[in-house]
Amino acid sequence: MLRKDLLDIHSLTREEIISLLDQATPFKEIFTRSVKKVPALKGKSVLMLFYEPSTRTHSSFEVAAKRLSADVTNFDVPSSSVTKGESVRETIETLQAMRTDYIIVRHPRSGQPAAIAKMTNACVINAGDGAHAHPTQALLDAFTLREIHPELEGKKILIIGDILHSRVARSTTEIFLRLGAKVAWLAPGSLLPQYPPAGVTCFTDYETAMRWEPCALYLLRVQMERQDVQYFPSLREYHKVFGITEARLKRIAGEGIHIMHPGPVNRGVELCDAVMDYPLSLINQQVENGIAIRMSVLYSLKAGH
Amino acid sequence: MQFPLQADDIAQAIDRLAAQIRERHPATETLALIGIRSRGDEVAERLCNVLAEDDREILFGTLDISLYRDDFEHLHTNPKLQGSDVDFPLEDTTVILVDDVLFTGRTIRAALDALSDYGRPGKVELAVLIDRGHREMPIQADFVGISLATERLDHVLVSLEGTDGEDKVEMIPHA
Repeated sequence: MLRKDLLDIHSLTREEIISLLDQATPFKEIFTRSVKKVPALKGKSVLMLFYEPSTRTHSSFEVAAKRLSADVTNFDVPSSSVTKGESVRETIETLQAMRTDYIIVRHPRSGQPAAIAKMTNACVINAGDGAHAHPTQALLDAFTLREIHPELEGKKILIIGDILHSRVARSTTEIFLRLGAKVAWLAPGSLLPQYPPAGVTCFTDYETAMRWEPCALYLLRVQMERQDVQYFPSLREYHKVFGITEARLKRIAGEGIHIMHPGPVNRGVELCDAVMDYPLSLINQQVENGIAIRMSVLYSLKAGH
Repeated sequence: MQFPLQADDIAQAIDRLAAQIRERHPATETLALIGIRSRGDEVAERLCNVLAEDDREILFGTLDISLYRDDFEHLHTNPKLQGSDVDFPLEDTTVILVDDVLFTGRTIRAALDALSDYGRPGKVELAVLIDRGHREMPIQADFVGISLATERLDHVLVSLEGTDGEDKVEMIPHA
């Protein structure tokens, strides 16, 4: 792979997507050894530049970098000079002077990681930007479902939730479509984009969506922090209409349908408590696979391209 | 020696390796053969087949040393990973690392590092189909199938049936 940055799924070729997924398997194998670490990125420095809070993605990248023997530095944005008015460009110039090799960026503004990638020689990885993209989430989702269905061609995935504001929905939809799977969206009408991408079917009713016969349900997190505008009447009603209730869980168990969620789960909103013990839940595998995928990404990018 | 070497020469070299291993390790001893990918795994597999005639216990594994290389800085793209498969505990086992060609010794250095991340073997030995000299590290093979006198910049190209479709060893002198 000849690439300096990973900014979104869209800019990757199909070969690059397959290569990143395939390479994650040997990295996952490392987790079962007595030493869960390889020296591939020894002496390299990884900088975590998070302008938005994140626990899971942040720690997943950190673990991935450390398992490759890279040195990880956290550029703690809330407590840094950014709050004193430093611009992104000034920050990047400072980091450039530190000769960092990789910059992992999360930013509330769509496109900011791409802008940063142009300012620096370091490899830039988008860890989520605005409502634009979250490419490593998409890769880990595809990797996880491929472990169940090695051939994704023709498989149907139903994504449920706040599609409108979700970078996860955008990136994950795109990767599944690129791998030949079929994607449908289910959401309240107020949370569905007006113009879905070609090939995506939209539903606003759970029962109708289930007649489409998906093999996996992908629940998006209801973003409480974005509910200052009321997109639906109440969380309780959301759960009843769009959530996986206990009654629905019993039905999908009989049909062998897998459940995925990018985390963290709002229990009693997207998913009922019983999902935590659902044998076809892939949520924990998604977390483990996230580390392997991020190792694959770090290993595959190379400065100078 | 007549180049290119053919399937018969390679089969004889494997037999020589097996004979040397038998001489040092009686059939009552359990051996773990771990082949270095790629082609070392195929040499190890063939060695296993010959040694299996002794009615001895043999463990087989493969090692991808890509993540342990010392030359990432000089590579245009990082090598494609093939994965390792060592599904038995290494503690107290006698491991014989197997590779197709021993040259600078850097691959074996990397393999020793990789191996130690799986556990602490009782003993590690090295078997190579071809030793072509020109070491850059203090590493020697315990078992050698064929010793070749080469110049530092000559190319020794090994093809094996399972990996490349035919058994052949070519020597291309440096122009």
